[in-house]
This record gives sequence, C-alpha cells and structure tokens, in this order.
Amino acid sequence: MSNNIKEIQNEIVDEFEMFDDWMQRYEHMIELGKSLPLIEEKYKTEENLIKGCQSKVWVHAELEGDRLIFTADSDAIITKGIIAILIRAYSNQHPKDIIDADTAFIDEIGLKEHLSPTRANGLVSMIKQLKMYAVAYQTQLN
Amino acid sequence: MKVASTRTNFDVETIRKDFPILSREVNGKPLVYFDNAATSQTPQQVINAIVDYYTRYNANIHRGVHTLSQEATDAYEQARVKVQKHFNAAQSHEIIFTSGTTHAINLVASGFSSLLKEGEEIIVSALEHHSNIVPWQMLCERTGAKLKVIPMNDDGTLNMKEYEKLLSEKTKLVFVNHVSNALGTINPVEEIIDKAHGVGAAVLLDGAQAAPHIKANVQELDVDFYVVSAHKMCGPTGVGMLYGKEEWLKKLPPYQGGGEMIATVTFEKTTYADLPHKFEAGTPDICGGIAFGAALDYMNSIGFENIASYEHELLEYATEKLQEIEGLRIYGTSAEKTAVISFNICDIHPYDIGTIIDKLGIAVRTGHHCAQPVMDYYKIPGTVRASFSFYNTKEEIDIFVEAVKRAKNMLS
Repeated sequence: MSNNIKEIQNEIVDEFEMFDDWMQRYEHMIELGKSLPLIEEKYKTEENLIKGCQSKVWVHAELEGDRLIFTADSDAIITKGIIAILIRAYSNQHPKDIIDADTAFIDEIGLKEHLSPTRANGLVSMIKQLKMYAVAYQTQLN
Repeated sequence: MKVASTRTNFDVETIRKDFPILSREVNGKPLVYFDNAATSQTPQQVINAIVDYYTRYNANIHRGVHTLSQEATDAYEQARVKVQKHFNAAQSHEIIFTSGTTHAINLVASGFSSLLKEGEEIIVSALEHHSNIVPWQMLCERTGAKLKVIPMNDDGTLNMKEYEKLLSEKTKLVFVNHVSNALGTINPVEEIIDKAHGVGAAVLLDGAQAAPHIKANVQELDVDFYVVSAHKMCGPTGVGMLYGKEEWLKKLPPYQGGGEMIATVTFEKTTYADLPHKFEAGTPDICGGIAFGAALDYMNSIGFENIASYEHELLEYATEKLQEIEGLRIYGTSAEKTAVISFNICDIHPYDIGTIIDKLGIAVRTGHHCAQPVMDYYKIPGTVRASFSFYNTKEEIDIFVEAVKRAKNMLS
C-alpha cells in the first residue's frame, strides 16, 4: 500500500481516537460529511449512482495527470461522512495505489459495523466503486 | 383440540416475559423493537411448538403409515383448522398453506392467467407494497389485461370516488391491502368488496399488515381471497396462508406441479388432488404450519380486542409525543389506522435517523418500505417507520422519542 494513503489513513485513525464514544465519532463523521468535495450537479447521473445504498450516493472520478480525483455527494449526511472519509484517503492518489490500498482503518475508527456487505449504507459498494474507477483509469495510464 | 381462552387482564409486563428476545441488549442498550410491521417477535409458546415438533414427531406428512407421520399429519391439519377458525372460513380446505403473502398473491395471479382475457381489467391501489404490484403487471403482460390504479389522498386514504369510476363490467379482480404497510391506513374493505362484487369482480385482500391487529372474518367480509404471513403475527418466517372461497379455488388451475398435489399420474394424464392439496405441491413447511397454529392460539389467548385497544393507546401516545418535535411530519393521518407512524423531520434523511437511533438500541424501519408509489406521491425518498405491537410499552415510546430528539440535534 502506498505510504501516502497509509499516512492519511493513520491520520484519520488518530483523529477518531480522540473521541470517547460513538456519538462523538458520529458527530465528527457528520462534520467531515460537510467538508466533502462535492460532485458537480451534471455528474449526478444514474450512471454515477452507487447501487446498494439506502441513501443516494453519487461518485465521479477524473484523472489529473497520473492522479485520480474523486468528488461525491449523498442525500444522507452520515453516508456523506463515510464517503468523505474514503475520498480523503483515496482521492488525489495514483490509481495503482488505490487498487492496492486496504480498508483496515475503517475497522480501527470504529465503523466496522458499516463494513458488513449487508449493511444498507453500502460502504462496501462505495469502496468497490472507487477501486473500479482506479482499475479503469489504470488501464488508461498503461 | 384445546380452545384458547382469552386472558381477562391485559398486563403488558406479563406478556413481555413471553418474548425472550425483548430482554436482550443492542449496542449496550435495552432493545426497543419498533419494527413490528416488518416482522413480529416470537413468544416462547411458539418457540416451544417448533422445538417440540423437531424433538418429538418430525416426519413427512400425509402418506406415511407410521406413528410419527400420523402425528405430524394430525398436527399440521389441526393447524389448518386453527387458521380456518381464526379467519372464520367456511371450510378448512379453503385454507392453503403458502410460504407467505407474496407466494399466496403469486398463486392467485398465476391462476388468473387462464381466466383473464385481453381488454379485461385488474384494479390495484396506490398504497400497495410495490413487490405486490409486480405479479399483476406480469399477469397483464401475459394476458393483455389492463392494470388500473386507485389513487390515494393526502392523508393516506384511498380515493373511493375514483375507485367507483374505475369499476366496470371489464373489471375481473380488485387487489387491495387491508392495511397499508407504509402508512398503517386501514382501508374500507367492506365497501371495496361490495362495489367490486356489484360489477362481478373478485376481490383479493392482502391481510399481511392487518392480521397482527385485526381479526378478519372472511365470511362476513364476503372476500374472495385473503392472504397473510405468519411471521407478522408472532409466528415463524416462511409460512403464510391463502384463503380462497371454494368456488374460486376450484376454478383456479394448480400453481406448481409436484408431490401432494396429484391424485393419479400416468404419462398420458395426471388428475389433480382435491383442495387444499391441489395447491400444496411438495413437502410443505410442516413445522412452520404447526407453529403458525400455535401463534394464533397465543394471540387469541391475549385477545384481539385487547390487542387493538392497547395498540391504539400506544399509537395515540406516540403520535402526541412525536408531534412535540419541531419540524416532524407524520405521513398517513387517516382516522382509521393501525399502530404505525411513518414520519420525517425537516429534510433529514430517514436513513440518518435510523442509524443514530439504532446506536441507542432502537429498531425502526427506514426507507421506502417497498411502497415507492406512496413515497413518490409525497415526493420523499422514504420515511422513518415506527410500528408498535401489544408487547411494547409507553416507557419504550419515551426512550424512542428522546432518541429521535437526540438524532435530530446531531443531524441538523
């Protein structure tokens, strides 16, 4: 895994460690949701909609040089927080590093319950979508 | 057969002791289970019936000459009689065990394939569970029949004037839920049946949401088909009932081929078994059927009048308490409704509220409740739905309301 992604993940883990209980963690996640780099309205298409979420999540990916930039939005604020955390770690990175990155930090920040594939929030679908973009753009770079 | 006697005193604390799951914790908090419209919890009496079946007399039914098979057959057929008595069907063979409401609806829809002609019409309501609309769309595609929809009003009731306009001699079947799953509206089914029969149409009522609260009397209603799921009325998942008037069940062709549903088989011709076996191909959920009977015994021992009046008290209490929250809007405000409250707060996504209050040990449903047409009507992505049962308490409602307030503070 790229040091860069790992570093950001560790930073997020450190940040969440400051909180004593789930409520503060969720409050922080909601705050992060508010700072999400928003997707342009024109990209809020059916195609960019991630399936498997109870709330709507749109993700758009664009290559800038050799780095992949993600923008996103959701109609639910907690979902927005989750996608903001993912984008913070994975956006502005090389596609190859995104493909190789693991997701253990989600567990470490106390969001393990969201990792279950049957969760209605679709965190697993979101990660899969980010990685699929990375795979697609990686082939373009090759 | 033991006749269930009604308890004279309704004591919720005593009742709660019958439900082992109610004493568990979720996320370190006592469970508050308000997702009863999705599935009800199971009392020890029903769990015992399941354990007893597998412990003492698990066997395949109807054809075995041995004792176990005979005992299992007797228990299964006694369960059918319990269901018959509960819904007051005229005959026990008018009760078909199915895997649940959806299976029962599909069975009827499939049967109508051979009865419907192009240009004839089926009427459904805008309040339907959308998965229940699909079998009728499929039926229309197969037969060239047309699907008509009874629109809804703002308060979540059906527009009965429009219903009357839709009815004609072309109408062959009317399908309506007895109680709406998304909003809890109790539909005026007597009037719906009466008017449908006036033009010679049959009526199928989806009783899944009604059965836990209202003891439907199929003969008094004069309904042609009535369907329910056991798991919404303290029974196990995977079993339900289709009630059909004998004349209708005789008219419908078998739904699936297999064991149980045949009388004689040669390669030239098969003759079908009599009712109810004509519609029960293969080995049924024997244990489930027996446990369904035990669930009806249990609910009748508490008494549906007691259940209805206590749940109404919970509904009124919760409605009043929730309305104290600024920006909270309740969807479905019919005077006639079961203990279901569907709501949103300001523009907070229902998923967010559901996630936060789950952390506080509270189980509610969020989303479109498989009733997208209803959500589209209100132009919302979904609602938070709290649905109460006779084993819930006002104290739980207090905990719930506090949790919703906390979620609102966090999310706005």
